[in-house]
Amino acid sequence: MERKINLEKANEIMKKHGNNPEKLIEVLSELNSEYGYLPKKVLKQVSKFFDLPLSRIYGTSSFYTMLVTEPLGENIIRFCENAPCHVVGAPEVLESLEKELGIKIGETTKDKKFTILTTSCIGICGVGPVMIINNDVYGNLKPEDIPRILANYK
Amino acid sequence: MALYRAHVIVSIDSFSILKGAIEVKDTLIDKLKKYKLDQEVKVLEMSTLGQIKDVPVILIYPEKVVYAPVKVEDIDEIVEEHLLKGRVVKRLIKELPWLPKKPKLEEARIVLSNAGLIDPELIEEYIANDGYVALGKVVKEMKPDEVLEVIENSNLLGRGGAAFPTGLKWKFTRKAKGEPKYIIANADESEPGTFKDRLILEGDPHRIIEAMVIAGFAVGSHIGYIYIRGEYALVIERIKNAINQAHNMGFLGENIFGSDFNFEIKIHKGAGAYVCGEETALIESIEGKRGEPRTRPPYPPTYGLWGKPTVVNNVETFANVPPIIRNGPDWFKRFGTERCSGTKVYTILGNINNKGLIEVPMGISLRDVINIYGDGIPGDKKFKLAQTGGTSGSIIPESMLDVPMDYASMMEAGAALGSGALLICDETNCIVDLLKPLTHFFNYESCGKCVPCRVGTTKIYKIIERISRGGGLNTDISMLEDISKTMAATSLCGLGQAAAVPVLSAIKHFRGEIETHIFDKICPLGVCKI
Ligand SMILES: Cc1cc2nc3c(=O)[nH]c(=O)nc-3n(C[C@H](O)[C@H](O)[C@H](O)COP(=O)(O)O)c2cc1C
Ligand code: SF4
Ligand code: FES
Repeated sequence: MERKINLEKANEIMKKHGNNPEKLIEVLSELNSEYGYLPKKVLKQVSKFFDLPLSRIYGTSSFYTMLVTEPLGENIIRFCENAPCHVVGAPEVLESLEKELGIKIGETTKDKKFTILTTSCIGICGVGPVMIINNDVYGNLKPEDIPRILANYK
Repeated sequence: MALYRAHVIVSIDSFSILKGAIEVKDTLIDKLKKYKLDQEVKVLEMSTLGQIKDVPVILIYPEKVVYAPVKVEDIDEIVEEHLLKGRVVKRLIKELPWLPKKPKLEEARIVLSNAGLIDPELIEEYIANDGYVALGKVVKEMKPDEVLEVIENSNLLGRGGAAFPTGLKWKFTRKAKGEPKYIIANADESEPGTFKDRLILEGDPHRIIEAMVIAGFAVGSHIGYIYIRGEYALVIERIKNAINQAHNMGFLGENIFGSDFNFEIKIHKGAGAYVCGEETALIESIEGKRGEPRTRPPYPPTYGLWGKPTVVNNVETFANVPPIIRNGPDWFKRFGTERCSGTKVYTILGNINNKGLIEVPMGISLRDVINIYGDGIPGDKKFKLAQTGGTSGSIIPESMLDVPMDYASMMEAGAALGSGALLICDETNCIVDLLKPLTHFFNYESCGKCVPCRVGTTKIYKIIERISRGGGLNTDISMLEDISKTMAATSLCGLGQAAAVPVLSAIKHFRGEIETHIFDKICPLGVCKI
């Protein structure tokens, strides 16, 4: 998994922000979107650059939900299962999503196309139930909408 | 400045964008050009117009006609009929929920006085609405102690949940030893169902900047941070833009208003962790660490960011500061109840006709909020319960609907106002099923630093899960009570303490329904799959 990781981009991103520890989370967020996750090789480089132990860098990376340390599917679905979405029908929509993809929350499809994760409330519960696929937000979901929406990403 | 015959305001907020507001605005501009009206009619972007169900919203001045929800296909008619011929398009007219239908309640707009009425991307519009007047007054005419006096006398309580007196917090920080001191605006807002801070920042970003500089002047700080939730992309963009504009006008940076007072604001983006809204976890997170709460005391006013004295306030708290400085503490105390001055911004959600954002004086009852602002419950269903204060809030049955909603009265009634989220549930909701996402939330978000919360949240979720599947044990309710009480008493931070609240209040008010699940293995409403 750790092959073919080009560190040039990482170095560029780190140089841009400098090595004040206040910038660590911002740097990790940018690296996460650049590589899709935070590979170990990249974290080692971050550790050198900030002059902080790798355990500290890993500790921070594994704490925040917007940072991931394992590669995920090509499309990441973040489903909101918080109470305000729950009471307006999220469970039925989630059931339809899990059935359509044949996986549960936290899993990735065999073809590595989709991963389903949960999201904390993204504050658009007024149009719940809600999910985000990559950067696209879908609201007012009904179970029958799911196949049509997923088709756009297949 | 060009003079326009009419102004058309399009709501460009996160909800409206979802429903095609950008396309609506672009089509509108095209059509106006086609009819050569673009020199007479100006299109403006506004943030939220106070409702989120029927969006996008279009507001036409000077007539103050509101159309909603507007689709791209409606634009032809609006332009041809209304803007060209001056005939109102009746079928699209909408009454805004914040203009109450029954005049019984006043809606007092202090915090949201500009939201939806000014263009948040233009500092000039903020200035034209008394913006930065308070800052000018403070740095040119007042001493720091006088500012502290005004805030303390206003009775302003923190709106982030704990209701701590803001004036006192600022005073402690001013008196504390250590340099530099820091001002932090807490815009992490991750309590499920709460999005008031986002709409304040999207709609009126300069207000928070002005308030932070005033706070800096009062406590003797020159550096501020806005900690913004990572997911709030539009907020981050608008705040960046507002900071630049404030710099150019001399309201930020060196020699503010020509005085010798300097202040800078930095933005810190969160990366997804509910607990980072807790002020000491937030500080750890700014320092680039895991966002785990610190053991307190010492509290941030004496030991905050990098160990220095620090003010942490919620966005809504800050939003009250400029008007209090401008109008004085006595003006502020005219709103609300004796013990809790001012207004509160709420988000109303769940089974309710008008979901959205309102600002009302402290002390209004939940019944009035539901019936008047929320326009009742859809489909003639009956009210069953509400949860006030987000997921960490208490569950409130019908019998408590008339308690005045201010921090003090709610506390006396054994409930909490919290962040201001109001989740309304109708009679078709099962209490056990509702507890599932609530307890799952805490299990997921517990940072794991202390044992009662790390172990307790997991156990509680497992028990609720089990009850909902028909596997409840006779001892489960007393077990839930024991664990919750231990968590409330011994957890290190508010997350573990609050995790007990929904469970204990659900048991208190809906024990019978939970027992039916456990003893009879039946979900009376047929919601749980037993
Ligand atoms: C788990 C947890 C999450 C919190 N989240 C927030 C939040 O998102 N925004 C906020 O302003 N305060 C939050 N708070 C409260 C803060 O710790 C702090 O009391 C508040 O920012 C102080 O501001 P105020 O005095 O203006 O209310 C949270 C507290 C806890 C325990
Ligand atoms: S109460 Fe929970 S969230 Fe707070 S410090 Fe303890 S484990 Fe972390
Ligand atoms: S609860 Fe789902 S977006 Fe808020």
